[in-house]
Amino acid sequence: MANSLETLRSELEDRFSDIPFQTEISYDELTIEIPAAQLLYVCEALRNRFDFSQLMDCCGVDYLQYGQADWDTETASSSGFSRGVSKAAYEDEVIERPRFAVVYHLLSIKRNQRLRVVCFAEGDSPYIDSVINIWNSADWFEREAFDLYGILFNGHPDLRRLLTDYGFIGHPFRKDFPLSGNVEMRYDAEKKRVVYEPVSIEPRTLVPKVIRHDNRYAD
Amino acid sequence: MPEIRNYTLNFGPQHPAAHGVLRLILELDGEVIERADPHIGLLHRGTEKLAESKPFNQSLPYMDRLDYVSMMCNEHAYVMAIERLMGIDVPIRAQYIRVMFDEVTRILNHLMWLGAHALDIGAMSVFLYAFREREDLVDCYEAVSGSRMHAAYYRPGGVYRDLPDRMPHYKASQWHNDKEVKELNESRQGSLLDFLEDFIQRFPKLVDEYETLLTDNRIWKQRTVDIGIVSPERALNLGFSGPMLRGSGIAWDLRKKQPYEVYDKLDFDIPIGLNGDSYDRYLVRMEEMRQSNRIVKQCIDWLRNNPGSVMVDDHKVAPPNRETMKGDMEGLIHHFKLFTEGYCVPEGQVYQAVEHPKGEFGIYLISDGANKPYRVKIRAPGFVHLAALNEMVKGHMIADVVAIIGTQDIVFGEVDR
Repeated sequence: MANSLETLRSELEDRFSDIPFQTEISYDELTIEIPAAQLLYVCEALRNRFDFSQLMDCCGVDYLQYGQADWDTETASSSGFSRGVSKAAYEDEVIERPRFAVVYHLLSIKRNQRLRVVCFAEGDSPYIDSVINIWNSADWFEREAFDLYGILFNGHPDLRRLLTDYGFIGHPFRKDFPLSGNVEMRYDAEKKRVVYEPVSIEPRTLVPKVIRHDNRYAD
Repeated sequence: MPEIRNYTLNFGPQHPAAHGVLRLILELDGEVIERADPHIGLLHRGTEKLAESKPFNQSLPYMDRLDYVSMMCNEHAYVMAIERLMGIDVPIRAQYIRVMFDEVTRILNHLMWLGAHALDIGAMSVFLYAFREREDLVDCYEAVSGSRMHAAYYRPGGVYRDLPDRMPHYKASQWHNDKEVKELNESRQGSLLDFLEDFIQRFPKLVDEYETLLTDNRIWKQRTVDIGIVSPERALNLGFSGPMLRGSGIAWDLRKKQPYEVYDKLDFDIPIGLNGDSYDRYLVRMEEMRQSNRIVKQCIDWLRNNPGSVMVDDHKVAPPNRETMKGDMEGLIHHFKLFTEGYCVPEGQVYQAVEHPKGEFGIYLISDGANKPYRVKIRAPGFVHLAALNEMVKGHMIADVVAIIGTQDIVFGEVDR
C-alpha cells in the first residue's frame, strides 16, 4: 500500500508541478494541500486523469484552537496544577495558517486508493469554490459545512442551512461557539407559544483539555 | 385555459414511513413528483461537537446512537481510527469477535430494513418475522455487553470483555408456564457461541421464508422493479456506497477491497445487482444476510478453538481489571488517570472507513496531541444517499417516494448526527 501511495504522490507532483502544492504521507494516507485558487483545476484533473470518481466526504475544520490546551503540563510538576481551568492557558506553538480548512476525501475504485485534499479558506468569512459540478455528492456536504462553519461555497446553487433549526443564528461548530449554545427554548404557558431566551446554564469544562508531550509515541 | 399549478405537499416529519424525522417538501404535478426537498436536522444532536469536548473514550457510546440499528459497526470505525493514531495492535481474538459482531449487526440491520421496507410497501407479516429473529440477535448483544442496543462493546485496544460462557435463561412467569419456558431455554443451555451457532443454522431457512413471501410476490415486484433506478455512473458521482452502489452493479466492498481486521482470512462473496433498481437492492441485501451468516459461522469456529486475550495489555489505554485496581497502587493510578484525563492521542489525522451495513461509514479524526479529539467528522452513508433522494424520486409517483426511502435504508440517527 505504502509503495503505491508513493507512486501516486510522485505522479501528482509531476502533474501539478506548476502550482504550490504540498504532500504528506502519514498513517498510510496521502494528504495534499493546495491553494484555494487552484481547487477546481486540481479536482477536475483528479477526477478525470487520476480516476478519483468518488467524493466520499467533505467537511470543514476550524483551526482556531489547534494545539491549545487548558492546562500547562510542562511546568506542572514543579508548580502543581491549579484547580481552575483557564481557557487557552497554554499554547504549544502558534502555527501561521488561515483559520478554516475544507477537507475532501476522495476514493478511486479503479485504483483502490484514497486521497485527502486539504484546502485552506482565506479570510474572516471564508470563501471557496464549490466542487458540486465535479462530484454531485458535494451538494449536502457543502451545505453542511456552510451551516456549521459558515464557509461559503462559490457556485453552489442552493447554499441553505441543512442541519440546524429554521432561523438559527451562528455557526455552531466554530470553536468560539459555546457547546451549550446561545439560546434555549421553552413553551411559555402565558404567551401560549414557544419562546427563545439566552441560555441559563453556565458553560463548564468537566475534563480539561491537556496536551502531553509523551515520549511513548516518539520514534 | 385555467392556470395549472404544481401542488406542494409536506411529508413528515411525523409520518410512519418517514423512518424517523424526515421532512420532505414534495412538488407534485398531479401524482408525479417534480421535486423533492428533504429537510433534515430534526434529530441533529451535534455529536461531532460533543465529541470535541470529551476525552476519546467518553465519545464511544455516542457512536451507538448514530445509526441505532447497526450499533457496533459505528463503534468499529471510531475505535479503529483511535487505534491507528495510537499505533495499537488489537489481539487477534478481539478482531474475530469484532468481525463476528459486525456481521451479527449487519443481519440485525438488514432485518430491520427488510421489515420496515416491506411494511412501508404494504406487507405486514415480514416485519413480524424479521423482528422475531432480531430478538435472538439482540439477546447476543445483551449477553456480551449488557445492553440490547447501545452496546459500547468495542473499545480502543480490543473489546470490553470476552464472550460469556452461558446465556441468560427465561424464567417462568404468569405469561409463560414451565413447559413454555423450557422450550424457550432449549437453545440457551450452552455458551453464547452455542446460542449463535444454533441461530445461524436456523437462519438461512428463515431467509428463504422471507424470500417466499416477497421475491416472486407480484405486488412486491410491482412496487420495486424499475423504481428508483440509479446507473453505475450516477451512483459513483453521487458518492453512493454499500448496497446502494452494489445494487447498481459495482462490485465494491471495503471488506474485500480494503480489508480491515480479519476479513482477508474469511471466505465470503459480494452480491451485486444488474439494473440498479429497488428490487435489485433488495436482492443484494438478502444475499448479504446469507453471506454474513457464512462469516459468523467461520468466526464461531475460530473463536471456539482459539482462546486468548481480547484487550491490549497497555494500561495507558485499557483499564486494569477490578482486582488489580483495588489491590495494586499502580493499577489504581492507571485506572484513575484513564477515567479522569484519558489518554493523549498523538498529533495527526486519519480517515477510517468500515463497510457498514448501509455503506461506507467513515470517521475522520484530527488530533492535536490532546486527550480530546480536535475534530471528529462522521461520514454517514445515509446522509449521502438521502442527498440523492431528489434525483431518485423525480418522475415517480407519490407512493414510490416511500418505496425509495425504504430502499435507501435511511436511519436518522446517522443522517442528522
